[in-house]
Amino acid sequence: MAERLKFRNPDLAKRVVEKIFEVAPKDGTVKICHVCGTHEWTITHFGIRSLLPSNVEVIAGPGCPVCVTPASEIDEAVQLALKGVVVTCFGDVLRVPGSQMSLLDAKAEGADIRVVYSAADAVKMAEKEQNKEFAFFAIGFETTAPSTAIEVLKKPPKNLSFLVSHRLIPPAMELLLGIGDLHIDGFIAPGHVSTIIGLKPYEVFPKAYRMPTVVAGFEPLDVLFAVYMILKQLKDGEARLENEYTRAVRWEGNLKAQELMHQAFEVVDGEWRGLGKLPASAFRLKKEYAAYDAREKFRVKVEHSRDLPPGCQCHLVMIGKIKPTECPLYMKTCTPQRPVGACMVSMEGTCRIWAKAINMPR
Amino acid sequence: MCLAIPAKVVSITGNKAKVDFGEGVLREVDITLVNVEVGEYVLVHAGYAIQVLSAEEAEETLRLWNEILDAASQLKMK
Repeated sequence: MAERLKFRNPDLAKRVVEKIFEVAPKDGTVKICHVCGTHEWTITHFGIRSLLPSNVEVIAGPGCPVCVTPASEIDEAVQLALKGVVVTCFGDVLRVPGSQMSLLDAKAEGADIRVVYSAADAVKMAEKEQNKEFAFFAIGFETTAPSTAIEVLKKPPKNLSFLVSHRLIPPAMELLLGIGDLHIDGFIAPGHVSTIIGLKPYEVFPKAYRMPTVVAGFEPLDVLFAVYMILKQLKDGEARLENEYTRAVRWEGNLKAQELMHQAFEVVDGEWRGLGKLPASAFRLKKEYAAYDAREKFRVKVEHSRDLPPGCQCHLVMIGKIKPTECPLYMKTCTPQRPVGACMVSMEGTCRIWAKAINMPR
Repeated sequence: MCLAIPAKVVSITGNKAKVDFGEGVLREVDITLVNVEVGEYVLVHAGYAIQVLSAEEAEETLRLWNEILDAASQLKMK
C-alpha cells in the first residue's frame, strides 16, 4: 500500500507536470493514444487531461476487451445459453448488447448464466454439477488468455467447454496507425498486457512507424511520466520503445504464460465490434482441444449479427476518433443504467468511465 | 478487464497461494504462471498471479524520476 502511495505523490506529480510543459511543443498539437481501459480510468479519475498543456491530447484506443467483443460472439454465448448450457462469464460481459439480446436478457428468459471471478471458478462449478453442461465465455486480451490456457491444458471435466473470444492488442494498435486521419504521435502501451507479452511485440511501432512507444503502469504518476517520456522523444526527434513500468514488466514478458498460450491456442483473424476483421488478432483453441471448444461441441452458428444499434458511435469512440460526449446518444438514451452501446457497459468502456467520473474531461 | 491488483503472498500450497490484498482481504489465487515466494508481491488478474512485482525496480523508478526532476530544477537555477 505504501508503495502505491508513493506513486500518487502530489508534489512529484506537480513537478512532472512542470517538466511536461517544458518539453511540450510550443506550437502544433500532439496526440498520444493509450489502448487500455484501466489507463482511461486513471486518466479520467485523476483528471490528468486537465493537467496537460492544451495542445497535448490523450485519446483512448480499443483497450476494453468487453467493448471490442463483436455482437456475433455475444450471440454465440446467448445461443449456447438458450440451448440449455450453463454459461459462465465475467460480470462486465453480462449486459453487453448482442444482435438481439444480451446475456442478461437471456437470463431473464430463464437461461442459466452465472458470473464467475475466474476461469478456475467455472471449472469448480462444472466439477460440482456433473449432470449439467457448462461453457466458459473466455473474453479478454493477453492478460486474461493465459488463465484460460491453464484450465484448458489441465484437462477440465468433460462437461465444461470454452467459448474462446480472446483478442490481441498489437494488431489493434497497428489498425489505429492505418487510419489516415487519426494522426497519432505516440503510444502508451498497456502495462498488464505487457507483463505477459513483454516489449518485443511493440518494436514494430518505433521501427516501422517511427512512433514513440512507452509501456506504462496505472498509477497517476506512471501515466504522467509516460506522457513526459513520449513528449521528450518527440522533442528530440526520436522514436524509441521504453518501459516505464519496470516493476512489473520485463523485456521478455512472462515466458511461462506465452508457452501455455502457444500450446492451447492458434492465432486467427478476429472480428472486432464495429471495426471489422483484423488479421491475426484473435485466439482460437487448437484442433487437439476441439472436444473443449463450445463452438464445435454444440454446433454454435451465428449467420447475421449487428454490432451497433442505430445511432451508436461505439466504433468511433473505441478508436479515439470521437470523444464520448460527441456521440448523440451519450447520457441521453445511453446511460450507465440503460446502456445502448458496449462502451457504456463495461467498467473499462470509455463512455462508462466518462459518465461515472466526477471531473468531466475537457 | 486487464485490471490487476498487487497482493502479498501469505502462504503457498502447490500451484495455489493465499494472498493478502491489504486491509485483511485474503484470497486464494493460482500461481502457475509465476515463481514466487512467501512475502513477495504479485499482480493478480482474475484469480491468477500474472507477474511478480519487484520492490527494487519500484524504488529504482522513484529514484530515477527524482533524478530527472532534480536535474531539471538545477538547470532552472543556473
